[in-house]
Amino acid sequence: MVSALVLKNVHVSYHGKPAIQEIDLRVEQGNILGIIGPNGAGKSTLLKALLNLVPIDKGSIEILGSTLKENRKKIAYVPQRSEFDWDFPIHVLDTVLIGTYPNLGLFKRPKKKEKDWAYACLEQVGMEKFADRQIGELSGGQQQRVFLARALAQNADLFFLDEPFVGIDVSSEETIIHLLKELKDHGKTVVVIHHDLSKANDYFDQLLLLNKQVIHFGNPQEVLRPEIILKAYERELAFLHEVGVG
Amino acid sequence: MAFIEGIIQYDFLQKALMTSIMVGVICGVIGCFIILRGMALMGDAISHAVLPGVAIAYALGINFFFGAVFTGVLTAIGIGFVSQNSRIKQDTSIGIMFTAAFALGVILITVLESSTDLYHILFGNVLAVRPSDMWITLGTGVLVLVSVYIFYKELLVTSFDPTMAEVYGLPVRLIHYFLMTLLTMVTVASLQTVGIVLVVAMLITPAATAYLLTDRLSVMVFLSAAIGASASVIGLYFSFTYNLASGATIVLAATALFFMAFLFSPKQGVVWRKLSAKKKQANAPI
Repeated sequence: MVSALVLKNVHVSYHGKPAIQEIDLRVEQGNILGIIGPNGAGKSTLLKALLNLVPIDKGSIEILGSTLKENRKKIAYVPQRSEFDWDFPIHVLDTVLIGTYPNLGLFKRPKKKEKDWAYACLEQVGMEKFADRQIGELSGGQQQRVFLARALAQNADLFFLDEPFVGIDVSSEETIIHLLKELKDHGKTVVVIHHDLSKANDYFDQLLLLNKQVIHFGNPQEVLRPEIILKAYERELAFLHEVGVG
Repeated sequence: MAFIEGIIQYDFLQKALMTSIMVGVICGVIGCFIILRGMALMGDAISHAVLPGVAIAYALGINFFFGAVFTGVLTAIGIGFVSQNSRIKQDTSIGIMFTAAFALGVILITVLESSTDLYHILFGNVLAVRPSDMWITLGTGVLVLVSVYIFYKELLVTSFDPTMAEVYGLPVRLIHYFLMTLLTMVTVASLQTVGIVLVVAMLITPAATAYLLTDRLSVMVFLSAAIGASASVIGLYFSFTYNLASGATIVLAATALFFMAFLFSPKQGVVWRKLSAKKKQANAPI
């Protein structure tokens, strides 16, 4: 089986300033990968590079054994909640229905089959009762579940989620992590940008600790050791010393 | 009513009515995508940018439609080029380019001493619509409506979640320029009816009114078209009856409809919101 992701010596810069450097990474299919690291560590940049949303300066990225271009339709992306216009005139079910667009192609419209499938995906995240609501009327956790349902509707092999657990309720978080684990059991690969170190141990099969470069990559027990975490958060600690904490 | 009698009796009034209804519909439809993408200023820019094209077309003796589309699209590309290749932000780039095009248009009209009446281009004179203008407006209208129908799905996803659209391989930038081209054509088709200065109102006001009345884009598009068409008919009535500039009366009719929705929309209306807030206060346990 081909690897889900293979990165070799990937460099990305913004306006001449390096954002991430020398990223080497290999992730096999059927894993949940967590990407952690301090603010400004380049987590989102790495995700954008994987999705070909920013150009890479150097190195190579292989997705499911070939380029992203050839595998676009096997990829589902859940952006951060802050990136959306929540006043947009769209209902929950129509939002999930967008997940069927990539496989429909040009000129074709979603029909009953697609609508039924979108509804089934909505049921999986437990949001079918809200199918007719405008998306802005939902709580943060409910919104995140709807966008996970949209990703499910894409029938993808690779899932990318950017900070899905920020500002959401506990039960939504449980629903989402449960579903991600189910996806993994079906051989799908899930990549999650994550903030909260405390739950990283339970959530992920592998962890990538990032701070412009790969600080450590491995299973959670290996990465979540104080001396390794310290390496990534050095600058934050220095700042704490400066302001007189600790 | 003299207006209805007039429509039956006068050929020019029938043409004016047909043209302005079509303008109301297509401005309403395109306007939905313009306001949801936060491009209201772009609509204003394109409408002003067609002026030099109109002037040149008149001087060359060709239909103004072609010249106007040319300079409109050129300005849209220029705006994108400046903002993508420098630190200048999009709204600043819009401000630079469209005023330049408009200024050039004013000079061209003076220098070429064309027979065009600047006042009519700026403010519209729907009662002077010629048959060729009417057919161009109707043709443009059909083209725009068919385009939106065919690419509805793509317009929806690139407006709502352009990042996802890009990830799954839609040519997001191309779709942007496609929409700009449609916008230019709609603007040009509206020149005779509402004029350059007020076209932006027909793009934004009916769409904004519909936005207050529904939570679904598909419904919003139809509502916006209906509101645009109604504003056109009402405006035309006042223009004909009181001998006023048609652009001004149509825009004010659209504005009146907007404020009705603003106050009384079932979900978003200010009046109901205030009332329900008061009710809540009254019912709140002390």
